[in-house]
Amino acid sequence: MKLPLLEYHAPQTVEGVLDLLDEHGDEAKVIAGGQSLMPMMAMRLARPAQLIDINGVSTLGGIDEQGGVLAFGATTREREAERSRLVAERLPVLAEALPFIGHVSIRNRGTIGGSIAHADASAELPAIALITDAQIVVRSRRGERTIAADDFFVSHYTTTLSDDECLVEVRMPTGPSGAGWSFQEVARRPGDFALVGAIAMVALDEDAAIDRARICLFGVSDRPVRAAEVEAALAGATASLDAFDAAASDAAEYLEPASDMHGSSAYRRHLARVTVRRALTRAAQRAGAPL
Amino acid sequence: MNEPIQLVVNGTARAGTAEVRITLADFLREQLGLTGTHLGCEHGVCGACTVLLDGVAVRSCLMLAVQARGHEVTTVEGVAQGEELSPLQQAFRESHSFQCGFCTPGFVMSTVALLSENPTPDEDEIRETLSGNICRCTGYESIVNGVLLAAARLAETPSD
Repeated sequence: MKLPLLEYHAPQTVEGVLDLLDEHGDEAKVIAGGQSLMPMMAMRLARPAQLIDINGVSTLGGIDEQGGVLAFGATTREREAERSRLVAERLPVLAEALPFIGHVSIRNRGTIGGSIAHADASAELPAIALITDAQIVVRSRRGERTIAADDFFVSHYTTTLSDDECLVEVRMPTGPSGAGWSFQEVARRPGDFALVGAIAMVALDEDAAIDRARICLFGVSDRPVRAAEVEAALAGATASLDAFDAAASDAAEYLEPASDMHGSSAYRRHLARVTVRRALTRAAQRAGAPL
Repeated sequence: MNEPIQLVVNGTARAGTAEVRITLADFLREQLGLTGTHLGCEHGVCGACTVLLDGVAVRSCLMLAVQARGHEVTTVEGVAQGEELSPLQQAFRESHSFQCGFCTPGFVMSTVALLSENPTPDEDEIRETLSGNICRCTGYESIVNGVLLAAARLAETPSD
């Protein structure tokens, strides 16, 4: 397979990246890890005329803790985060999710920012961004803006990133403190994109009732989705297997997942219910609920 | 338009030219004549083209040759010590860890990376790592056995 003809730029600074994006607009594509973009170009699903490689921009790497937030530079590799003590301690749900992404050799190149900008509806990291209420920092020659994850994802491979903007950082809040998290995914084979996945966060109050809960599903729609009504209904409830079973039914009930060769809509809805129930139960256990 | 490409391959500085769209895998094979790196699916699924980039396993079909400029690449040609198979290759041979051999370079490179990070992997860790490589002949059991044998022998060998 040969890729389309294209020109290559490897700027050393963010300003250099932004100048190129300003000049080339929708003719250009930013490449970080390239683990999705390269196959897409090989199959002509993407045909950028200009490729802007940000791997040489040294200021875009690294993981920083900034007051209750973990900030991931745009070129932070998935494997680096997977092996980071900071991530394991502060954001265990991310550490739990990362091994589900492709394989080691994919994660050695693939980046957190790249996966989020790519916005595959069945991918793990956009869902992690949504459940952690992440902020996506993007820059262009026009300036910098910070986009809440919920406002960032639009549809399949579509975000509110403009053609002249580059994702520079993903900020994931680590709280609430004491919360339990769980990441659940069902795929045909290890490393495949999810058929369906669910992530849950449960925080308990002093009386061991549910103070706050969050539920995020992926692989069930054209973008990751939060089950906001179910989250609200769980607040104040007693953490019990019955409550989580009912919540999982409610979260799955109105989903209309697409059918494809990997699984029917009904099967995906079933998996949504199962994965939400497992995620809530495990998250509550990790928060200290006696289940 | 051809771009100049300088990099280190198997410990030797190499130079060549390639169009931007040429993958690292094609560059290794066609420009440098290192045809040990095999191409199966060419979209990052099969793992046959796995090489080490600065010591970690990557799929060379998912990188452009121009992106490897200034980096160190290790291919399957760099694993043996001269004419002598590496302990890993010897263990693969004795364990019948390949039949047609097409996928073998990728399995070898994934395993080289695994053992350099974790010299004593258990079977689960081996299977987890090798889940990114597809073999259509062996059924994988003999490949896992080969890695286990190599790891056992490396554990017996005092490192210098």
